[in-house]
Amino acid sequence: MNYSFHFAPVINRLDLLLSGLVTTVWVSFMAILLGFALGLAGAYAIRSRWTWLRLVLGAYVEAIRNTPLLAQLFFIYFGLPGLGIRLDAISAAMIALVVNLGAYTTEIVRGGLDAVPAGQTDAGLALGFTRVQVFFLIVLKPALKIMFPALAGQFTLLMLATSILSQIGVEDLFHMASLIDSATYRSFEVYLVTCGFYLALALCFRLAFALLYWIVFSERAPAELPPTVATT
Amino acid sequence: MFRSFGPTEFLLLAQGLRWTVGLTALAFAGSGLLGLAILLCRTAEARALRWAAEIWIQVIQGTPLLGHLFVVFFGLALFGLDVPRWLAATVALSIYGSAFLAEIWRGAVQAIPKGQREASRALGMRSYHELRLVILPQALMIAIPPTVGFLVQLIKNTSLASVIGLVELSREAQLVNGATFAPFLVYLCTSGLYFVLCFPLTWLSRGLEKRFSRSR
Repeated sequence: MNYSFHFAPVINRLDLLLSGLVTTVWVSFMAILLGFALGLAGAYAIRSRWTWLRLVLGAYVEAIRNTPLLAQLFFIYFGLPGLGIRLDAISAAMIALVVNLGAYTTEIVRGGLDAVPAGQTDAGLALGFTRVQVFFLIVLKPALKIMFPALAGQFTLLMLATSILSQIGVEDLFHMASLIDSATYRSFEVYLVTCGFYLALALCFRLAFALLYWIVFSERAPAELPPTVATT
Repeated sequence: MFRSFGPTEFLLLAQGLRWTVGLTALAFAGSGLLGLAILLCRTAEARALRWAAEIWIQVIQGTPLLGHLFVVFFGLALFGLDVPRWLAATVALSIYGSAFLAEIWRGAVQAIPKGQREASRALGMRSYHELRLVILPQALMIAIPPTVGFLVQLIKNTSLASVIGLVELSREAQLVNGATFAPFLVYLCTSGLYFVLCFPLTWLSRGLEKRFSRSR
């Protein structure tokens, strides 16, 4: 192998990569926020007493989980215009990501809800809470605590999967990488550096989720206890 | 001018399944072998091996598959090798899959209670017999359902091989769409074909999981 690596042409265009990184971050952030909300609603509704609602949601979850994100993205961006529904790249991307994450989140949160003992719900209802109150005030938090690692993993996978959006022209990190590639012909170097960016982002995600877990779920001991006992 | 999207075009589209299935099989074999190697490093005595395996898993799981595809595709070309696209895709998907399979299998091995090992030692079993008769049969039961689940992930992820020009189902969809310009039907059928491939496996994985968890 007599190839000399040239990272300089890539480093010179770091501003392009950074602007792509910003797009990747905010697209991921919005998709996670909306997809999580959709998944919560889905998990609540899939336990409904109405059979038709359960069937519809079950079909949605299976349809999404058994087809690739790329096919979903192409269907929304290239397929829907066939029916007269035209979307720009970023809207199509957002819809695809949210619908996709919503299905995975529904399945994960549903598993978490099932793991909370039924006695909790019964106790809440016996105390006069409504079903919605029981869901939000009593069942949801322990369910999310159980499912937190799975959710955090799914969100990180979604962030990495946003690289697929470059295929319909969303100007994300990966799109910028291919721009630099075609301008410099330093393909290997460009994509190696880009992978480094994603890795750094994934590590930031992990830190952020650990922090979030600590803030939301850590059991705060009463103030009079010494701190050594409190941090268990 | 444009052809209409009829049965012939559907068959053309379905031909893309050949590489989707073929690439899945190749990548599954590659992921399995590489994943087993990572698993052995991860559980090795030598600390350096354990660290190397840990770093491998973190780096692969922290970077997108699209990145692996391009780095492998252009990286192999640097060696002056004229690699066919299917080989580059197989290598990239195997690298990607190895990190996930190693994690799944490690979980399965760790799920075997320590007492099982101690009991086989107490019965005077050699480590080979301990592995073959006590640990592996139980670990396999735990590992098979999520491994089948991972196979579904792999099938879906072969769609990304289209970006380096491998004509599998997703790329075939783009080609057929270019000829017929019936995007709604083409992409609906494409998703349908993926579903037909994946759903039985998802169903199998779920069934196996129920059965194995009941038998324990």
